[in-house]
Amino acid sequence: MKVRIKFSKYGPVRFLGHLDVMRYFQKALRRADIDVAYSGGFSPHQIMSFAAPLSVGHTSSGEYFDIEIHTFTSEKELQDQLQDVMVEGFDILEVQLLPEKEKNAMAGVAAADYLVSFSDSVSLPTDWKDRLLEFYGQEKIPVTKTTKKGQRQVDLKEGVYVLEVRGDAVYMLVDAGSGSNIKPGFVLETFFEKSGLTLPRHPFRIHRIETYKRKEDGHLAPLIS
Amino acid sequence: MRNLALTDEILMQVEKPARYIGNEVNAVIKDKDKVEIRFAMCFPDVYEIGMSHLGIQILYDMLNRFEDVWCERVYSPWVDLDALMRREKIPLFALESQEPVKDFDFLGITIQYEMCYTNILQILDLSGIPLLATKRGEDDPIVIGGGPCTYNPEPICDFFDIFYIGEGETQYRNLLDLYKDCKKKGQGRKVFLKKAASIPGMYVPSLYEVTYHEDGTIKERISLEEGIPETIEKELVHDVTDTYYPHKPVVPFIKVTQDRVVLEIQRGCIRGCRFCQAGQLYRPVRERDVEMLKHYAMEMLKNTGHEEISLSSLSSSDYSKLPELLDFLIENCAGKKVNISLPSLRIDAFSLDVMNKVQDVKKSSLTFAPEAGSQRLRNVINKGLTEEVILEGARLAFAGGWSRVKLYFMLGLPTETPEDIQEIATLCNKIAAVFYETVPKEKRTGRVQIVASTSFFIPKPFTPFQWAGQCTKEEFLEKAYQTRGAIASQLNQKSIKYNWHEADESVLEGIMARGDRRLNQVILKAYEKGCMYDAWSEYYKNDVWFETFDACGISPDFYTRKRDDKEVFPWDFLDCGVKKEFLLREWHNAQEEAVTPNCRSRCSACGAGRYQTGVCLEDRRKQL
Repeated sequence: MKVRIKFSKYGPVRFLGHLDVMRYFQKALRRADIDVAYSGGFSPHQIMSFAAPLSVGHTSSGEYFDIEIHTFTSEKELQDQLQDVMVEGFDILEVQLLPEKEKNAMAGVAAADYLVSFSDSVSLPTDWKDRLLEFYGQEKIPVTKTTKKGQRQVDLKEGVYVLEVRGDAVYMLVDAGSGSNIKPGFVLETFFEKSGLTLPRHPFRIHRIETYKRKEDGHLAPLIS
Repeated sequence: MRNLALTDEILMQVEKPARYIGNEVNAVIKDKDKVEIRFAMCFPDVYEIGMSHLGIQILYDMLNRFEDVWCERVYSPWVDLDALMRREKIPLFALESQEPVKDFDFLGITIQYEMCYTNILQILDLSGIPLLATKRGEDDPIVIGGGPCTYNPEPICDFFDIFYIGEGETQYRNLLDLYKDCKKKGQGRKVFLKKAASIPGMYVPSLYEVTYHEDGTIKERISLEEGIPETIEKELVHDVTDTYYPHKPVVPFIKVTQDRVVLEIQRGCIRGCRFCQAGQLYRPVRERDVEMLKHYAMEMLKNTGHEEISLSSLSSSDYSKLPELLDFLIENCAGKKVNISLPSLRIDAFSLDVMNKVQDVKKSSLTFAPEAGSQRLRNVINKGLTEEVILEGARLAFAGGWSRVKLYFMLGLPTETPEDIQEIATLCNKIAAVFYETVPKEKRTGRVQIVASTSFFIPKPFTPFQWAGQCTKEEFLEKAYQTRGAIASQLNQKSIKYNWHEADESVLEGIMARGDRRLNQVILKAYEKGCMYDAWSEYYKNDVWFETFDACGISPDFYTRKRDDKEVFPWDFLDCGVKKEFLLREWHNAQEEAVTPNCRSRCSACGAGRYQTGVCLEDRRKQL
């Protein structure tokens, strides 16, 4: 049976990298005595699939991973069992037994939305909100994206589905598919660079609100929905 | 939610920020207003090393069981954060509360190796605690040192208020009660320290003075206060079963060196290898009850979620209930997909059978530690491992499918000759030959792989070799080249790989190990000139160290020289259980190439019998 687990990440543990979060949950599943299925071979590992990796320093209320388990009692019980062994900064928000045909968490990710606020060290010009919306209002935003494989030209506009100013923060819904994903920090850095504004180091506080899959009808829906 | 001591800006700039956030599984959080004593327990090296240390986990657990104490952890900030903290004037903090160490009542520092001495100064400095104990005031924490290096605390005695000599489980409660009592009575630091000096195992260095002969050796130790002990006897846990051991060790978020449950099966060693300090310091050997170990193993696995458990002790093969314990672990761990990581066991039919059950034979390698190439030299060092045993072990292993062997040797041992070095190579070659004899051609998957590693011998206090001379860097390197040459001329040389340890570090380690009070100033100056993380070869500054010796007018050679039988050593005022007469007898036996039997076959009257525990109470006739 496949189960999807939704969790949040906040507070000090936001400084854990993706691999460490995976290790943390591997150990947590063992502490919670959850009957996880293991791969075969001489060094068996838990069958586990994480959705979109979260960058070090970011917080989130929409993280997901899937596990395969042998025995299942109820979603509620699984959630409580796991919540009992969490440390401050990780909360188990939801658990869902998955239908057999469901794509695994990693393959299923299509988009994610974020709220980006600015560190105290950032001083912004008074008209930054208008300038940002004007920037986003362009037909095309050609940029050079640097990945592990090298540099390539992309149109930022294609990957940023929604961009809004909310209070003093910026809301963004972006492509989070593997290979085509857009980082929210990158969008704002591009804006500031093109506006000729210089930023201090680590100017943003980034919170991921939710991670989405694309349903058969083409609409986005949270990974548990 | 706890606030972090470091800002996001800083944490995002440094490598592995998770080193500094605390909050790990099983970390202890208490209400600071409800405790009377704040204790910061420090391992002066980077987090991944410090978190792998069992001793701290034991003491952390013990101190936090005391309701009136909150013990937190402190590690050395890595060099990147170190620079930022100095620049931004951020005080060093403890992981749990993220509050400055300077506000604590105690700063305990475990001193596991000599090459961490400058990191001790880093900890004090970043905390804003005066480096010299004499400069500390009522607001500074009491700085207390423990661990193996405190068996010669003199080179670092200026930096500590107290050294705790021996095993930590026994006297902390008394020390903390005294502290509370002094505080209640309004008695200050000086009064507390003087009273602490009368608690067994506590050495308060500022209460003593040392005078020297003209040749630099020690003339006399003078007690500066009435009623303080002249010798300090080590503390020892009499019953290692009914004592403190963590049920819930802290589980680090990031990968650390020892990322597993550690089960200490026994303390001490029966073997008496003459170079080995631990083998003397922890006498007599005391075994933990096997039922206790089974219980703790399961409990700790459950509470940590670790996927691996390892057994820890010196010479684990000597633990009398090892087969029973391993059977239990194999039976109870396999279903839970828990790996059992074996300690280095004597290679024989039993250990090979166990290894077969718990490891992938193709991936694992066998380890032998003959320490010396020739039987003659093995007799000198009292390493009771013969060539026949090694070759027979290798034969069994090769027949069982193993094809990788690791061998450990030491260079620069007392009485070593070029022939002894030659025999390191010969032994490696013979092992390779055993492989080709044992494994038929059609069953071989490539060559046998033999990896020979040598470290340089460093004489340590409280060993029979504490009188021995230590080689110079040039002599060390010459010996390494000889070994390399000898291996290259073997028939099976293509199957043998050779590694050797750095020589510079070994020389400094030796100076510190047998140093005296005059080295405090050298360590202080070297630190001021930027020495830190000396145990990390990429940060070790050999030139700076030796310039500093020069500048202080101190000759390093004085500390590495061979000692006269009658010389008074800087550490002679400590009593580790084993008597100096016994060690001297062993030093003479070594020169006569005479072997001394292990504690289980015959008592050699080392002095540890006075503790009336462990192997000293075993009926030896049963062993015959």
